[in-house]
Amino acid sequence: MAWLRALGSYVPARVVDNAELAPLVGADPAWLLRATGIGERRFAAADETVASLGAAAAADCLASAGMAAADVGMLIVSSGSAERRFPGPAATIARECGMAGKPAIDLPMASAGGLFGIALAAELTRVSGNVLVVASEIMSRVVRLNPAGRDTAILFGDGAGACLVSREGGFAEIADAELATDGEFADALRLEFDAPLQMDGRAIILQASRKLPRAIGALLERNGVLPTQVGTYLMHQANLNLMVRVAQAVGAPEERFFHNIARYGNTSSASLLIAATEWWRGGDGTLREPLVLAAFGAGLNWGAVLARP
Amino acid sequence: MDRQTKIVEIVKRVAGKPIDPAPEESLFESGALDSFTLADLVTALEKEFSVRVPDSDLTPRKFDSVARIEAYLQSRS
Repeated sequence: MAWLRALGSYVPARVVDNAELAPLVGADPAWLLRATGIGERRFAAADETVASLGAAAAADCLASAGMAAADVGMLIVSSGSAERRFPGPAATIARECGMAGKPAIDLPMASAGGLFGIALAAELTRVSGNVLVVASEIMSRVVRLNPAGRDTAILFGDGAGACLVSREGGFAEIADAELATDGEFADALRLEFDAPLQMDGRAIILQASRKLPRAIGALLERNGVLPTQVGTYLMHQANLNLMVRVAQAVGAPEERFFHNIARYGNTSSASLLIAATEWWRGGDGTLREPLVLAAFGAGLNWGAVLARP
Repeated sequence: MDRQTKIVEIVKRVAGKPIDPAPEESLFESGALDSFTLADLVTALEKEFSVRVPDSDLTPRKFDSVARIEAYLQSRS
């Protein structure tokens, strides 16, 4: 048995609104807001790294949990935008957080990495006790901030989120997970070495519109939960329109899909945990209805996790 | 109603605006469809023509024009 114990996040201080971004990519600020639902995003400072953002989110999460680094048995770090091939950011985050000697595993998975990290952590708590999942991304450095890169530059932002998964209790018990991968469309969203992010947005949206509701539906049906019985859906913050479509396809009220994409854009694998943190801190700490976390992204990887009060 | 006419009717309905697409005209370039209405279009085609479009066939290129949609449906029948 594993629980969602605490959440935390960190976003860089620099706010980049549409008025600042639009001229760089040759777009109109009003169109940008209308097309994406994003009003602003955060960009990391020159001296910030994927690891430094992740370490800040990890520290925030541990503070929320009232725990020290010594209480954590394992660290899992997802990122699709890490600065180097190896070592990945997990080792650095472990060092920064004082987790020396504990296993720190990189999950080089964009978009759905935070969700997959939680699902893995739920299994690994059996051997490692408390598992800290961190998702950290600096997307502003992998897109082209010019007119040629407009279609991707307008979507992404930087940030990190963290979730402590524990076998010692928490605010929600992780009941089940539905994870999947389809390499057929691996080229539709990719980040090659020394090249900017490439995304076939139409193909990604089309695949996500079908695969994500199917995964959520299968998860809920397997656990005897109706879509309308779920109190909150926390999704990877990729696109507001996609969330509305998923809500309609699943048969759940749109307003139960928490979103903060307007303020942070798409922070890839970090977005789910940043959104989850804001949602969690906006409540009273008590979960009264089932909770669904869901994500979709490069790979293609997608899935959903069900948590219960 | 022949298959192509049916397809045009479905495209018009999904696009939600008055359009009259030529068979070879790109539905994306003309602004008739976007990423999200494309998903609706595929769902509508499945229902109307009683076919199941597998995920591996879910590429925008296959549904980019009335002619391509017709060719795809033909290949599935």
